[in-house]
Amino acid sequence: MYRSAVYEEPLINELVASKKEKSKPLDLLPGSLLRKEKINLPNIDETQVVRHFLRLSQMNYGIDTGIYPLGSCTMKYNPKLCEEIACWDSFAGVHPYQDVSTIQGSLQVMYELERMLCEITGMDCFTLQPAAGAHGEFLGMLLARAYHDSNKEDQRNEVILPDTAHGTNPASATMAGYKIIEIPSKDDGTVDLDMLEKSLSDRTACFMLTNPNTLGIFESEILEISKLVHEAGALLYYDGANINAIMGKARPGDMGFDIVHLNLHKTFSTPHGGGGPGSGPVGVKSKLEKFLPIPRIGKKKDSYLLDYDHPHSIGKIKGFYGNFSVLLKAYAYIMMMGRDGLKEASETAVLNSNYMKKKLLSSKKYDMPFKKLRKHEFVLSCEKLKKEKNIRAMDVAKRLLDYGLHPPTIYFPLIVKEALMIEPTETESKNDLDNYINALIKIADENPETVKNAPSNTPVKRVDEVGATKNPVLTWKMI
Amino acid sequence: MKFIPNSTIKNTMLKEIGLNNVEELFLDIPKKIRIKNLNLPKGLSQQDTEQKLRRIADKNKSFYDMPSFLGGGIKPHYIPSVVKSIISRAEFYTAYTPYQSEASQGFLQAMFEYQSMIAELTGMDIANASLYDDTTALGEAALMCSRINRKKTFVIPQNISWEKKSVLKNYTEGVGVKIKEISYDDKTGKIDLEQLEENVDEDTAGVYIENPNFFGVFEDDVDKISSIVKDAGSIFVVGVDPISLGVTRSPGSYGADVVIGEGRALGNPMDFGGSTLGVFGCKKEFLRQIPGRIIGVTKDREGRRAFCMTLQTREQHIRRGRATSNICTNEGLCALSAVTFLSWLGSDGLEELGRVNFEKGQKLANAIESVDGFEKMFSGVHFNEFVIKCVNDANVVNKKLLKRGIQGGLILDRWYPGFKNCMLFGVSEMHGDAEIEQLVSGLKEASHV
Repeated sequence: MYRSAVYEEPLINELVASKKEKSKPLDLLPGSLLRKEKINLPNIDETQVVRHFLRLSQMNYGIDTGIYPLGSCTMKYNPKLCEEIACWDSFAGVHPYQDVSTIQGSLQVMYELERMLCEITGMDCFTLQPAAGAHGEFLGMLLARAYHDSNKEDQRNEVILPDTAHGTNPASATMAGYKIIEIPSKDDGTVDLDMLEKSLSDRTACFMLTNPNTLGIFESEILEISKLVHEAGALLYYDGANINAIMGKARPGDMGFDIVHLNLHKTFSTPHGGGGPGSGPVGVKSKLEKFLPIPRIGKKKDSYLLDYDHPHSIGKIKGFYGNFSVLLKAYAYIMMMGRDGLKEASETAVLNSNYMKKKLLSSKKYDMPFKKLRKHEFVLSCEKLKKEKNIRAMDVAKRLLDYGLHPPTIYFPLIVKEALMIEPTETESKNDLDNYINALIKIADENPETVKNAPSNTPVKRVDEVGATKNPVLTWKMI
Repeated sequence: MKFIPNSTIKNTMLKEIGLNNVEELFLDIPKKIRIKNLNLPKGLSQQDTEQKLRRIADKNKSFYDMPSFLGGGIKPHYIPSVVKSIISRAEFYTAYTPYQSEASQGFLQAMFEYQSMIAELTGMDIANASLYDDTTALGEAALMCSRINRKKTFVIPQNISWEKKSVLKNYTEGVGVKIKEISYDDKTGKIDLEQLEENVDEDTAGVYIENPNFFGVFEDDVDKISSIVKDAGSIFVVGVDPISLGVTRSPGSYGADVVIGEGRALGNPMDFGGSTLGVFGCKKEFLRQIPGRIIGVTKDREGRRAFCMTLQTREQHIRRGRATSNICTNEGLCALSAVTFLSWLGSDGLEELGRVNFEKGQKLANAIESVDGFEKMFSGVHFNEFVIKCVNDANVVNKKLLKRGIQGGLILDRWYPGFKNCMLFGVSEMHGDAEIEQLVSGLKEASHV
C-alpha cells in the first residue's frame, strides 16, 4: 500500500530565527513614509529554508508522482525540456519594453505560436494576452460586446449556456455585465436545440459551449447549433478546455465558432504549477480581429514587431503581452509533437478514456448516465454505491488517495449525481490505467467504514473543510 | 516517443474494448467537419527542438548581454538559487490547484505562508493566494469595492500606467462602474490633493493610489489622502511595489483597506513581462467578498493542524454566475517563488533590499543629472524609478545607447501626453557601478548631437 511522506512541519514563522541586527534609518525618505515598525518575517538560515520547503514538496502530489485524471483539467505529463528552455536567460532575462531589435526571438515565438494555434483551431487570428482560461473567457465576452456595439446592437445583453458548462463560463459572462440564461440538457446529455431556439433572441450576445462537453460527449448537432445561433445574430463561443479530444480530428473554426479560448496549461502540456501560471489565448474569426487586445504581434519583411495601431481594439486585458514563459513551453511542445503527434495525442487520450470507461462499466460497480460514446473524458455516478453502502463520490475520491492515486474531478458536472469525472489523458500507460480501474473496482467492494474513513495513508487524515469556512483562519497572525 | 506510452499497443486496447480502429471513436463528429491532418510541420526530436530554440533564443538580448535601465514597473532582481531549486520540485510545479487537500498539504501550507507574509508586508489582515498580475488585481479591487458598498464610481490618479488604466476600464465597464481620473502636481509628480478632495464623495466606491507611483515618486501625503477617502465613506486601495515595503510604512499603517501590487520582483524573472504575480490583501471585514483562491487552517479528523482551500462558496466552481470573480487558475508557482524568496531574505534581507533599491535609485538619478541635457522631471522623492527629461530627441538618445550595447529608459510620449522626450529609468540591486558608469558615458556621447 502507498504511504506518503509525513512531516509535522512547523509554519515557517515557528522555526527558530536568528537575532536581528539593528538597521540604519533611511535619512532621505520622507518621515511620513519611513517604516518604523519591524516587518514580521522570520530570519532563518538557508538550510532551514530549503528543508522546510523540500519537506512540504514531499507532502504534495503532482503529475510526476502519478496518474492525475482530473476531468476537464487535462493533467498530462509536462516535458522537462520545455521547463529547461523557459529558464534560459535569453528568454527569462528579457524586459518587455526593450528595443524591438533585441527581442526578435521572443516575438518570433509568439508570432509562430499564434499561427500554430490558428491552424489547430481553424480560427483566423489569436491573441496570447490572457493569463488563464477564465481570463480568456472574460476577454471573449468583451470582444463579443465590442462586436455587437460596433454593429449598433448594444441591446444584446444575454449569454446562453448549457447546464453542463464549466463554472467559469457563467462567472466570466457575469463579470462582463451579461445576464445568464442556462438551458437544461437533453436526456442524452447534449444541447437541447428546441430549448436553444426558444432562448435565442435579438438580446442574445453569445452562446457558450464546450465541445466535447463536460460529460465527454461530442455535440454532434454542432452545425445546427451554429446555424441557429448565427441566424439569431449572436456569436458562438468555444470553451477550449476539452480540445485535447479533437486535435487533428476536427476544429472549432470549421464547426462555426467565432471565438475560441485554449488552455495552454491543459492541452499544450505546460505545467499547472499548483494553480498557475497558466495561459488562455483567444482566437477569433476575422470579423472580430480588429477588437483584439494590443499589441498584436506583427511581421514586416524578416522582422517581428509589436503593433499598437489598432483603433478599434478593446485595449488591454493584462499588463505586457501575456504569460510568456508559458507560451514558450507550449511552443516547444507543439514543435516536438508536430501534426502527427498532436493527432495521436488526441486519439490516444480518447482511446484511454473509452478503455477505462468500458472496463469500469463492465464491473457494474458504477453507472454512467447519458450516451455511451465518450471522448477524452467520461463521468461515472456513485449513486449505486451511495444507495447500497452509503459510500459517496467524496469517499471514493479520498480512498483513491490511499492507493497513491489522484482522484478524478468530483460532483461535476452538476447534472450527474455523485459524479466522478475521469480524464486519463494520453500520457498514461495501459498499466497505469489498469491499476486505476482495479483500484476503483476494489474500493466499491471494500468495507464501507474503511472507505468512509479514508484517507489514512496521507500526511493528514480527512480534512475538515466545513470547519475552515465556519472559522476562517487565513494567516499566521489569525491562529 | 511523443509522451504517449500506449502508442504501440493501441490496436490491442481497441480490440479489448470491441473496436476495430481508432476512427470508430470519432464517428460522432459530423463527416462534414472531420479533417485528415493539420497543416503543421512534422514533430521534431527533443534534441532538434532544443537546438532550434537555441537559435531563436540567440536573437534576443537579455539583461546579462546588455545592461538595461528600463522602468515601467518591471526590472531585473536577484533570484537566489534556493528559489530556483524549490520551484523546480516537480511535486509542486506539476500539481493542479489543490482541490484534494490531503494530497496537497505541502502546497497549501506554502500558500498559507505566502498569504501570511503578504499580510505582514502590506499591513492587511488577510491576503489571497494570488491573482494574475497587478493590472487585473486593480480591476478585481475596483469590482470588490463596488460589491461591498454598491457605489458605482472608482477614482484613480493619472500617475499610473496606461496599461493598468486600460485593464481597469475593461474590468469595470461591463458592470457599470465608472472610472474618474484625478491629475497630479506637475512639479512633484504626486497626486493633486485638492482635486482628490473635490472628486471623492458619497458616490465613490473606492479610491486608488500607487506608492511609489508610475513615475517612481512616493506619495508621502498618505495620511491626508487616507482621511479624505475615509471622510467620504469610501474604500482606500493602495498599489505597492513589495520591494519598497522593506523601507516604507505598510499601507495598512496609513489606513489602506485593500492593497494590491505586482509581486513578480519577489523571486521571479522578468520573463518578457510574464509570468506575473498579482498581490491582493485586504481587511478582514471584506473576507467573503475577496476574489480568488484562499487557503485556511483547519483540522483533520484526528485533530491535527491541516490546510485547505476555503470560503469556496465565493468561487465560480460553486457559485457560477454569482461568484465574486471568474478566476480559477491563478499564479500559484509565482506565489511559491515569492514565499521562498521572502523566507530566504527574512525581514533583515528585505529591509536591506529596499534600502539598496532606494539608494541605487538616487545614485542613478544623480549620475544622469550630472550629464548636460538630462534632468529629473519631478521633485518628489523617488524609489528605484524616475522620469528624466532630455533636451535632445529621446529616441535618438536611445538609439545611440543601443549602439553601445545599452538599453536606455522607457520613452513615455507615446502613451503619456506632455512627456515629450521623457524617459522612465529603472534600476535595482542588479546594477553595479560599472553599468551606471557605462550609461553615463553613453549619455554624454548621445548629448553631443
